[in-house]
Amino acid sequence: MSVSYENSKAVFQGIKDAGITSLSALPETWLGLLLQQADRDPDMRLIQVAKEEEAIGIAAGAYFAGERHILLMQNHGFLAAINGVVSLAMLYSIPLCMLIALRGHWGEPYPWHTRGGIVTEGVLRALNVPFEYARSPKEVGRQIREAWTLSQSSLSPVALLLTRDLMEEQL
Amino acid sequence: MLYPELADKPVVTIMGASAQELYDLGHRENFFYLQHAMGLASSIGLGLALHLPHEKVVVLDGDGSVLMNLGTLATLARYRPRNLVCVIFDNGSLLSTGGFDSHTASGITDLAAMARAAGIQQVAAVDSVLAFGEAAVEAFGRDDLSVIVAKVAAVGPNHYGMDLHLPENAFRFKRWIAGRKSPVPRETS
Repeated sequence: MSVSYENSKAVFQGIKDAGITSLSALPETWLGLLLQQADRDPDMRLIQVAKEEEAIGIAAGAYFAGERHILLMQNHGFLAAINGVVSLAMLYSIPLCMLIALRGHWGEPYPWHTRGGIVTEGVLRALNVPFEYARSPKEVGRQIREAWTLSQSSLSPVALLLTRDLMEEQL
Repeated sequence: MLYPELADKPVVTIMGASAQELYDLGHRENFFYLQHAMGLASSIGLGLALHLPHEKVVVLDGDGSVLMNLGTLATLARYRPRNLVCVIFDNGSLLSTGGFDSHTASGITDLAAMARAAGIQQVAAVDSVLAFGEAAVEAFGRDDLSVIVAKVAAVGPNHYGMDLHLPENAFRFKRWIAGRKSPVPRETS
């Protein structure tokens, strides 16, 4: 099971096409190739955090500064960042556009991801965070743009879930 | 003492005594009071500083808050925004929740040492008003990430309340920042 290089490029291109110039991220396997591209791109600022909750604060700072900024993390990282999502972003009506790698879901062979995978959608629903599934490289650019648009118009967190269908090489 | 330096800079402060005291000194549109999400003031400051290179950004943080987000020290060190000053008011307690000792009470945990060990170069530890004043002058004058850990007494205001809604603070803070940017010259042709 390896990460799809072509689809990682499609996701990164989608981020660029949405006019995004700044990313905060905590790398994980599925995000690795696309974060490498971000790192090499002189027009993209990549801020790597030690813990995902920091990214919520950094994204808020970017928003206040008027910067077009997207967050990338694994779904477990999202779980680790929940209080920041609720008590900073939601409390202050600060938009967050989050691309979240959905591990532990359909097709997951690694036991350690599965609890997080099983609860992710329920947690997003409980928090009233709108989310969609990115499954296709042809659609992901449009989905990123739409996630961004909704985050800005709603002044809320919005999540695009990067699925196994998209991020792994299909055998 | 610090207040005059804050007049024209984006300032992020944590909740509790810090927020109330700053508000009572005189609220300004460039003050953002982080009334929850403990630990994230420094992260907000980092996001502001990296994306507003022409502004000096100030974070007024606390020992309890920093202990909640220790990774921030490493992230700050890694990205080293030259336009960020972080003041950590270390009163050794979680004051506004009843005054329980924090881990820095009795000198057990040394936040200044942790900041240095995380890789932050310009760290000052002060425990007097005079020393704080000197450290602040240096921090605001230099072009480098600066952290000041200031040991303070665990006392706070005798009231808590602001005539400012939270989203209102966020909206007005963002507008203040936007208003600072020079307008993009219109292209002609």
